[in-house]
Amino acid sequence: MELIWDGLREAARLWWTGDAEIIEITLRTLAISSAATALALLIGIPSGAVLALRRFWGRGLLVASVNTGMGMPPVVIGLLVALVLWRSGPLGDLDLIYTPTAMVVAQLLLSLPMVVGFSLASIQSINPRLIGQMWAMGANRRQVLWLLIRETRLGLLAAVMAGFGAAISEVGASLQVGGNLAGETRVLTTAMVLETGRGNFEVAMALGIVLVLLAFAVNLVLTAVQQRRFIA
Amino acid sequence: MPLEWRRAFALGLLALAAAALLAAACRADRGYNEDELILATTTSLHDSGLLDELAPIFEAEQSISVKIISVGTGAALRMGAEGNADVLLTHAPASERALLDNGDVTSRTLVAYNDFVIIGPPDDPARIGGSSDAADALAQIAQSGAAGGAAFLSRGDDSGTHKKERALWTDAGLSPAFDTDEWYKEVGQGMSATLTVANQRGAYTLTDRGTYLALSSDIPNLIPLVAGDARLLNFYSVMEVNGDKGRINTAAAAAFRAFLLRDDVQALIGGYLRDVYGQPLFIPAGEETETSIAARSDAQP
Repeated sequence: MELIWDGLREAARLWWTGDAEIIEITLRTLAISSAATALALLIGIPSGAVLALRRFWGRGLLVASVNTGMGMPPVVIGLLVALVLWRSGPLGDLDLIYTPTAMVVAQLLLSLPMVVGFSLASIQSINPRLIGQMWAMGANRRQVLWLLIRETRLGLLAAVMAGFGAAISEVGASLQVGGNLAGETRVLTTAMVLETGRGNFEVAMALGIVLVLLAFAVNLVLTAVQQRRFIA
Repeated sequence: MPLEWRRAFALGLLALAAAALLAAACRADRGYNEDELILATTTSLHDSGLLDELAPIFEAEQSISVKIISVGTGAALRMGAEGNADVLLTHAPASERALLDNGDVTSRTLVAYNDFVIIGPPDDPARIGGSSDAADALAQIAQSGAAGGAAFLSRGDDSGTHKKERALWTDAGLSPAFDTDEWYKEVGQGMSATLTVANQRGAYTLTDRGTYLALSSDIPNLIPLVAGDARLLNFYSVMEVNGDKGRINTAAAAAFRAFLLRDDVQALIGGYLRDVYGQPLFIPAGEETETSIAARSDAQP
C-alpha cells in the first residue's frame, strides 16, 4: 500500500517539477508512436478500402491475415524486425537497428493491421447502393471518395485510435529494436521496464501514470472529433 | 472509383520504397558507423546503473556514442557470435571462454568482480544459514523441498546467474527441473523480477550481490544466507568481437576495453555506490586473474 502512495507522490512530484527526462521521454514516445500511426493510416486506409470494395483472388486470405495481425504479439514483430535490421540481417547495412526509425517500423507493423481492419469494417458497412447512386447522380471520383470518407468517419477515427493505442502501449518490440537507449530510443514503456528492473517502482509508476494520461488525452481529442459529428 | 484507392495505395508503397532506398543510398557505402559502439551486456550490470555512469565519460573522451544493449548473458554472447555487437561485457566465464576459443571474440579481459549470494526466507526451512558451502546448501534445499519445506526459484533464462546456479547444482550432484521437482520453479525473467517473485513466495534463490543490495529494501522476506564460497565469485569480463564478422567497430571496441582497465576508471568502478550500501557493488580486478582472486580467502566483498 505504501508503495502505491509513494508512486502517486513521485508521479505528482515529477510532473510538478517538470522533470526534464520525463518530458523528453514523453515527447519522444509521442513522436515515435504518432509517426508510426500516421504511416499506418497512409497505407492502411487505402488498403482497407481496396479490401472492402474490390473482389480479387486472395482477398479472403488477406483479410484473414489482417485479422491475425490485429492480435499479433509485439514480441513476434520485434524479433522479425530485429532479425532483418541486425548487422547480420538482410538490411543490416542500413544501420537502422537501435534507432527511433527501427521503432517506427516495428510500431507501424503493429498498428497497420488495426488500421486496415477497422477501415475495412467501416467501409464495408456502407450500403453499396449508396455508391451506385452517387455515380448515377453524376459525382466524379473525387466527390465519391470524399463522401465515402465522410460517411465512414466514425469508423476511420476508431481506426486511428486503435492504431495509436497499439503503437504507444507496446513494449516488447520497442525494447528489441530500439534497445532502450537513454536519450535516443527510450520511450515510456521501455523506461518503465528498466525502472521496474532497477527496483525503482515509484518512478515506474510515475511513468505509467504519464503513459495512461497521454493515451487518454489523445483519445479524448479523437473521441471529441468523432462524437461531435455523431451527435450533430 | 477504385482506381483512386489503388493510386493512393500505390503512392503510399512508393513513398515507403523511396524512403528505404534513400536511407540505403546514404548508408550503404560505409563499412560501419565509426562513431558508434554497440555494447551488449547483462541486465544485472545495466540495472546497477554503473554503465550509465561510465559510458558518458567514454563518449566524451572518444566522441563515440555507446549503444548499451541490455539483455541476458546468453543473448549478449549470441549477439557477439553473430557480429551484432562490437564489444561484450558479461559474467559467464565458461561460455565466454568458448567464444574466445571459437574465435568469435579476439580478447577476453577481467574487469571487475563481486559475488553471488544464496538468499531465502528468514525462517530458513532448509537450515542453510551461515553455511559457506554453496553446493552443500543447495543439496539441503533440495532435500527440504522434496519433503515439502523449501522452494527454490531459478532465473531459468540462460543468464550468467542462471548458468552459475546450474553449475552449482551440478557440483551438488543434482539436476532439479521445474517439470519433475515440485519445489523447483523457473521464472524466466531478469534478476529483479526473480527477487520480487521469491520475496512474495518465500523461496530461496541465487542472486548477484549488487542486484540484491539495490532491491533489499523492497524484499523484506529475503535475507542473505550463504556467501563466501569461492564458487560464488562473479567475474565480469570485457570481450572484443572479431573484426572478421564484418562491419565491427574494432577500433572503438579496443578503446572501450582499454578504458575499462584504466586506473581512474577502475577506481570509479570500485567506488560506485559504495557510500550508499556501505560495501562495494563491484571490486575492480586490476592486475588480478580469476585464479588469483579465487585463491585468496578474503576475496568476498
